Amino acid sequence: MERHFEKDLNELKERLLWMGSLAERAVHQSVHAVLDSDEQLAKRVLDEEDAINELQLELDDRVVQLLALHQLMAADLRFVLAVSRINNDLERIGDQAVNIAQGALRILRHPRVKPYVDLPRMTEVVEEQVRNSLNAVVRRDVELAQKVMASDDQVDQYRDQIFRELLTYMMGDSSVVFPAFELILVAKNLERIGDHATNIAEDVIYIVQGQDIRHPSVDRR
Amino acid sequence: MSSNGRVRWRKFVSNFMMTMTGVCALISVSVLFFILGYLVYNGGTSINWAFFTQLPKPTGEIGGGMANAIVGSAKLLLAASLIGVPIGFLGGVYLAEFSGSFVASIVRYAADLLNGVPSIVIGIFAYSMVVLPFKGFSALAGAFALGVMMIPITLRSTEEFLKNVPNNLREGAMALGASKSKTIRTVIIPAAYRGILTAILLALARVAGETAPLLFTALGNPYWNRGWTQPIASLPVMIYYYALSPYEDYHRQAWAGGLVLLALILIINIVARTILARGIAVPRS
Amino acid sequence: MEASTKPSLSLNIATNPGAPGAREAFASLPMRMTVSKLNFFYGAKQILFDINMGVADKKVTALICPSGCGKSTLLRILNRMHETVSTSRLEGQILLDGQDIIAQDVTSLRRRVGMVFQRPNPFPKSIFDNIAYGPRINGAKGSIADIVEKSLRHAALWDEVKDQLHKSAYDLSGGQQQRLCIARALAVEPEVLLLDEPCSALDPISTAKIEELLVDLKNLTTVAIVTHNMQQAARVSDFTAFILTGQVIEFNPTPHLFTTPGDPRTEAYITGRFG
Repeated sequence: MERHFEKDLNELKERLLWMGSLAERAVHQSVHAVLDSDEQLAKRVLDEEDAINELQLELDDRVVQLLALHQLMAADLRFVLAVSRINNDLERIGDQAVNIAQGALRILRHPRVKPYVDLPRMTEVVEEQVRNSLNAVVRRDVELAQKVMASDDQVDQYRDQIFRELLTYMMGDSSVVFPAFELILVAKNLERIGDHATNIAEDVIYIVQGQDIRHPSVDRR
Repeated sequence: MSSNGRVRWRKFVSNFMMTMTGVCALISVSVLFFILGYLVYNGGTSINWAFFTQLPKPTGEIGGGMANAIVGSAKLLLAASLIGVPIGFLGGVYLAEFSGSFVASIVRYAADLLNGVPSIVIGIFAYSMVVLPFKGFSALAGAFALGVMMIPITLRSTEEFLKNVPNNLREGAMALGASKSKTIRTVIIPAAYRGILTAILLALARVAGETAPLLFTALGNPYWNRGWTQPIASLPVMIYYYALSPYEDYHRQAWAGGLVLLALILIINIVARTILARGIAVPRS
Repeated sequence: MEASTKPSLSLNIATNPGAPGAREAFASLPMRMTVSKLNFFYGAKQILFDINMGVADKKVTALICPSGCGKSTLLRILNRMHETVSTSRLEGQILLDGQDIIAQDVTSLRRRVGMVFQRPNPFPKSIFDNIAYGPRINGAKGSIADIVEKSLRHAALWDEVKDQLHKSAYDLSGGQQQRLCIARALAVEPEVLLLDEPCSALDPISTAKIEELLVDLKNLTTVAIVTHNMQQAARVSDFTAFILTGQVIEFNPTPHLFTTPGDPRTEAYITGRFG
């Protein structure tokens, strides 16, 4: 028999996924505002920020009530606690997307520094990370989560690459310093988004296996 | 005495007492079988078809039966039930439902006293209440006497069995909108009916063998009884007369009558206890 | 993509009980029964002190308290079962749909306000006759068999007993008997159903079944439940009243009471720091 609290748990999951889809969209739109020099896209990201923040508050309320009113155990308990963490990461992703969008508006005022080569590639990887991490939550897919965590290094490399390139450009031509600097910040924000996606993937491991794999260097014995 | 000796003495005393109590129990049981056996031995041969179907032959003649006594006893018991059971039952219902009141405690006390009144005194009472006004011995008077004897047994048993019905059944019925009287009628009495039925049967068994109250109410009748205002023969009284008579044949028939009477009472008892054993329904806990 | 529309929320969770307006929204719900200035005595001893609360229409209201605080007494007053005790005395007003329950005929009140007791108390009759009892004595119109089936379905018992309606109710297990008692109470279509610790004599699986049933029942009738198990109150109820030594300390929507209780005594009780 499906119990009433299971319905509440399912609703919690649905709202979380909805928040995730909003965050995904914010990432996509904000980076493409930079890549396509699209002012409208950047403005849209700024408008939709509130929706993500509202969802964070709503999800935290639901978590508190589920914990208070129903004596959740085992996987249910881990899931609800993980939602609370994932919630945070998604909100941060939203914030980072807003930062990128604001950067896009500033970059727009200057001519393009260079053709964007690594940035689109980095964007693809990070968007895939975000998408996969949320899918891993839905499907409780440990392998997918591990794939997300594995691609973290690649994202870091892209960021370092972009940084080095732009540094060279800035040293060669002082007029491009402002836009180049903004681009470096965009890359940094994108890398942070990837980190948040990796956090979400770690939470999936916690939900499914009950193992807290954060900070592997800390001795847990 | 050494401790070992003390233990042996205690064991001996224990075993001795166990044996003695067992022997006494055996004696108690065997009395019943002894009586039964004696009756069968002495009266068994006289049980025949004629015994159950024929009227007594005139004094001195051999043969005949106790047909009228058997039917008469049945008739008296039926009428006694009609008098005693309704009064006892409804009185028991009253006592069970209003058990705290002052009137109830008086009724209860009086019923217990009535139960202890000697049966011959009840017979005298019936004589003055029925025989004198109607100016004659009658089946009605006999039924009246037996009915009065049935009242206290039925009343107290009904009360006990009704009170034993768990209170939460009452609450359940009342919570559904049943008034007190409806609750009694539709829930309490049906729940207790087995016990009450048993009580009635046991009351019947008790009065079936009473002789004294019938001696000067129903009297006796060598012929069939018609209606209610004539004297009527009954098994116990018949046995009494036959046993006192000087005729061998009558003695033989008295034995047979005693056997039949005892068998009847035993059967009623066994039936009653079987009904009761099938259980007053008790909810599974 | 469009902005999200809020999905339908399950009745146990408010969007945000702390939000301004949420409590008022709950408070403006219609009340099926109201209790005002109730003081209750057994002889000289006062049991309930100045009780003011309500039972919201088509919702589940729970009464919780540490043992012996009068929660069962309060519940039994709602259908005047307290009158079975001769020394009981009541002051104050209790209304059902705006009418004083003391002024009404008690047997018709009890048809409108039904009760299920702590220990299952089926009658020693068949399952069918148990359920049919209420409708029969209240002169129900229509097919009794239909009423019996409907009630057993509402009590989530139909599938288990539909082929054995003639069997004695005492052949059922404890949990089934309690569901039978619920079905029996539902058969007279009460406006309010009172349950006095209905699961305290049952095993955990039967308890879970009945808890699920209670949440569904609010579509049918208003429910008030007394429980010594506060987690049960948290699981099934929409409103909770916390009672201590015969007084209502707090009466709030359940999510509010269990996450941010208004009174420190409530907090002490629900965090287990009592006594």
